[in-house]
Amino acid sequence: MASALTVWERRRQRLRERAIEFVLLVAAASSVFVTLAIVAVLIYESLGFFSSVPITDFLFGTVWTPLFSNPQYGILPLLGGTLLSTFVALLFVAPIGLVTAVYLSEFASPRVREIIKPILELLSGVPTVVYGFFALLFMTPLLQTFIPNLPGFNILSAGIVIGIMIIPYVASLSEDAMRAVPNNLRDGSLAMGATRLETAVRVVLPAAISGVAAAFILGISRAVGETMIVAIAAGQQPNLTLDPREPAATITAYIVQVALGDLPHGSLAYQTIFAAGLVLLLLTLVFNIAGFWLRHKFREVY
Amino acid sequence: MSITSTLTDGRVAGRAADSEFVRRLKRRRTNETVFICLGLAATSIGLIALAALMIDLAASGYPRLTADFFTNFPSRRAGQAGILSAWVGSLLVISVTAFIGVPLGVAAGIYLEEYAPKNIWTNIIEINVSNLAGVPSIVFGLLALGLFVYGFGTGRSIFTAGLTLALLILPIIIVATREAIRAVPWSLREAAYGVGATKWQVTQDHVLPAAVPGVLTGVIIGISRALGETAPLVTIGALSFIAFLPPSPVSADFPFISFAWLFEGFTVLPIQAFNWVSRPGDDFQSNAAAAGLVLMAITLVLNGVAIYFRYRLRKKLQW
Repeated sequence: MASALTVWERRRQRLRERAIEFVLLVAAASSVFVTLAIVAVLIYESLGFFSSVPITDFLFGTVWTPLFSNPQYGILPLLGGTLLSTFVALLFVAPIGLVTAVYLSEFASPRVREIIKPILELLSGVPTVVYGFFALLFMTPLLQTFIPNLPGFNILSAGIVIGIMIIPYVASLSEDAMRAVPNNLRDGSLAMGATRLETAVRVVLPAAISGVAAAFILGISRAVGETMIVAIAAGQQPNLTLDPREPAATITAYIVQVALGDLPHGSLAYQTIFAAGLVLLLLTLVFNIAGFWLRHKFREVY
Repeated sequence: MSITSTLTDGRVAGRAADSEFVRRLKRRRTNETVFICLGLAATSIGLIALAALMIDLAASGYPRLTADFFTNFPSRRAGQAGILSAWVGSLLVISVTAFIGVPLGVAAGIYLEEYAPKNIWTNIIEINVSNLAGVPSIVFGLLALGLFVYGFGTGRSIFTAGLTLALLILPIIIVATREAIRAVPWSLREAAYGVGATKWQVTQDHVLPAAVPGVLTGVIIGISRALGETAPLVTIGALSFIAFLPPSPVSADFPFISFAWLFEGFTVLPIQAFNWVSRPGDDFQSNAAAAGLVLMAITLVLNGVAIYFRYRLRKKLQW
């Protein structure tokens, strides 16, 4: 037999094991520190901002002109731009994403699905700056042939291209949720004489609805945080409007616009981007929590 | 009324119901056919958009893709401008990202899957990872601006950019590592434990080698995402006009290796493309298209490799 380890070797090995476990724990905990650091930085700089601008002016003001000589700090125009572009994206992606998901999950052959899904998922891997180019120089001219007076920068084309970007989130994740529905539900429905479409719409979709909703919410959260597409194609003037044909700035586009100029560190204008970022983080947090909750619920069904 | 007539009435009624059923069945089948066409149309919208995007990029960018384009610095004249500083910058930033992000993410994934006890702290870390994945990238840029650039004083440098992108792709790598490790069967671990291996020996010598392809897939997807990321680098102040290269990491004199490049200003491919696309004039926009085309090519290659890995994995994964 091979010689057993001596006491010292054993002790050294145990120490080594402990050290490795500690290092791994630190790595895992680092992700929590990242989150804490994000929240701390945003709140710290925002506190500086809110000490000179009343929070009510910020939340309810309808004019956002922080770089003008008579600055006003109402976030509503930026928030409106963000929500409007997200809404356009959602209107575009909802029917396409849902029908694609039902089709791929219930009708397409496994072979077709195996080929199409990775290609669709490429849509979420395209660099956003390329999407911005596409929105400004392809989508906008295309839309201008239908809507003659459409300005060169507008929320509509940015929103549609964001919609294209989130097709994989919505379609692919919804499809996963629908395919997780056990086959005996389908078999039961088909045995009762329902067609495949009826089975898909009345049995599979309701059974997978929380997963599908989670997929949509994840897509919305992506759309809210999308930056380059709106910064390039939607124009950068804050504009409180409900008309997607007009140009408007979003929260993210404003941050980019300010960051491109060289603002002195610690100035009020510098702090505005952190206050805007805090609003953005809270907005996406709400969607992420909703999505997380829905996914959790969806996991408990079967 | 006689019995026979009742029977006939019933039969007639039955026949009417039959024909009603047949009529409805036909409609239901038509609905299904219509839906299949709709499904094909909806699915192809995504594919058409992808094709339109690439054709549009290629049409306006391809003529600019000459050798000079790769070896020239940016210039005020669109025809002479190139992406030398941009692709060198991208390469250096992504090396820093991989150097920090991959070990950190893989280690975190190993801990969560192999070591973590089931308790509230583990739960917090898990929820945190999935939440971090949903944080918009520009918020990471704000973190970097407030904490790294001004807090730690690392400046608007390659190091700051690489670190920021590493944090950004951390959740992707953690999740991929966990999934890959979870797919390794328990029998493998039990066999190793059975002959007296310690936990780390089991992990290092048996679990990790089996999980490598899955981890690699996640790493590639993460790197591809980091390469295309623009917004967080705009906030930390990547410059778009850099007409010099950072100092070389290797030199002929002692000590042969220099890390001065880490703290140089930089630009990257997406930033360069963004700068060109926001300038007026077709010339600069075809430069933007050409830079975008290079980016797309890298993205497609990386994603293609990842898809291939995943495909091979699924075929091989019959333990």
